[in-house]
Amino acid sequence: MAVTGLLIAGCDKDSTNSDPSTVDVGSGDVGVLNYAYALEQLEAAFYAQVLQGSYFSGATAGEKQILQDLAYHETIHRDFLKAAITAAGGTPIKDLEPDFSAIDFSSKTSVLSAAKTFEDTGVAAYNGAGKLIQSADYLTIAGKIVSVEARHSALIRDIIQNGTFVDSTIVNLETGTEMSKNPPEIALAVAPYLKDGSKLNVSNLPTD
Amino acid sequence: MNFYKILAEIEKLDPEVYERLDPRRRMFKHFAGFGKKMSAAALPLALGTMFNKAYGQSPTLSQDIQNVLMFAHNSEYIGMFLYDNALKQSTLVPSADTAAITLMRNDEMGHIKFLKQTAAQFGVTNLPTLTADMFDYTGGKGAAGGPFADVNTNYATFLGVAQGIEDNDVRAYKGGAPTLMPNNTLLEGALNIHSVEARHASHVRSLRRGGPTAVADTSNLMMKPKSWISGTDGGGPKPPVTTPIYVGEDNVMQGSVDVSKVSSTTAVPAAAAMAAASEAFDEPLALAAAKANARTFVKPPYDTQYFA
Repeated sequence: MAVTGLLIAGCDKDSTNSDPSTVDVGSGDVGVLNYAYALEQLEAAFYAQVLQGSYFSGATAGEKQILQDLAYHETIHRDFLKAAITAAGGTPIKDLEPDFSAIDFSSKTSVLSAAKTFEDTGVAAYNGAGKLIQSADYLTIAGKIVSVEARHSALIRDIIQNGTFVDSTIVNLETGTEMSKNPPEIALAVAPYLKDGSKLNVSNLPTD
Repeated sequence: MNFYKILAEIEKLDPEVYERLDPRRRMFKHFAGFGKKMSAAALPLALGTMFNKAYGQSPTLSQDIQNVLMFAHNSEYIGMFLYDNALKQSTLVPSADTAAITLMRNDEMGHIKFLKQTAAQFGVTNLPTLTADMFDYTGGKGAAGGPFADVNTNYATFLGVAQGIEDNDVRAYKGGAPTLMPNNTLLEGALNIHSVEARHASHVRSLRRGGPTAVADTSNLMMKPKSWISGTDGGGPKPPVTTPIYVGEDNVMQGSVDVSKVSSTTAVPAAAAMAAASEAFDEPLALAAAKANARTFVKPPYDTQYFA
């Protein structure tokens, strides 16, 4: 709880973070959908590149089935959200330019470690965004996606080390509850995987 | 007097003080305003208002919200005692899986505690304490000849029951979420349980498949499932008993969008599109349907008493 004080003390109310080199996901429900769209773009781009890499081409049949499914799911999430934003009368954010230079797509360890980061981040992001959504329909949609992301995350973790589908880095083991994260925390977490000009500005999203 | 110091002192007596003061995190806004909008003289009044709102009112939750909370809480016992009972059988759980089954048992215990505490925070104190003797995981509701008769001796049967219960919980929390929208604390708490149930379901499915990287059998998803629900999974681990848990999971219409056609066929070939589109979205279940599924494992009269 000491952290609460620090956060407040460090919070500059006058900052609007309107940095032109970032992508503003916008405000309201469409902003939340664009925020999700940004994360799904990142995941879809990642798995598309996994399928082109030498770890995938040499992977076992079981691993290939899983990674192929993950690529399908995230592509569908991305394309669905773009369509949903348009259907809601909103404007989808631009195509983001990912930066996967830190990931070695020939290495199982590197690919799975990155996959774990993306999936864990996705779950924490959707869980933290639920309360920001005004429309029950969009909340339901977010719920439909987040449990699939949680299934992904658990499986990737189990492949890395069986039995780590839940651990203290993502779940409060006293209450058995996932540790949800707010958009500013998520924007920071994914920044290393986005090129300059594609980093996320979430300062106009609702905060409660 | 330093305001942070006051809060720190209160926190020693009431660890939930920050949450009480601001269940929807408005405190950030209150604080942001202090510096420039309020005179020092107005400060005590503002603080008084905050504490009054936190401790003074008796919070009321709508009957709908209470119904969702009650079922969420009670159904956590089904999973908790399933795992707890399994760990007590001498030959059921392989030693390699003991840690995972224990972890899931403990998670469900945590959920029960969390839901009781969170409900109490909003004045709801009638959540019951259920006991192991109220449940029957053979599905026989206390009588012999249930569909999962060897659940205490056959690990495959046990895992099938576990998958059904976890998947049903995932669907139930998803179905309940919109009801919780008026209360951000309850909503976020439920979402944070929901994703953990999905993690459990994924792990149990991986175990049933033969391990995380075992190949799923798309022509026999009942026995060798993916870690996510594909179509209706052939009705789940034991149709027709488990069929109602998976009804509607093959949906591919999300809002007005057919997600089996939303992506290019280069990225998602037509042959894979229907399965992938159904897998990419889990589906909610209405409270009544989730309760009916849950009652399979509850003996009378507790089935109608606690899961009606």
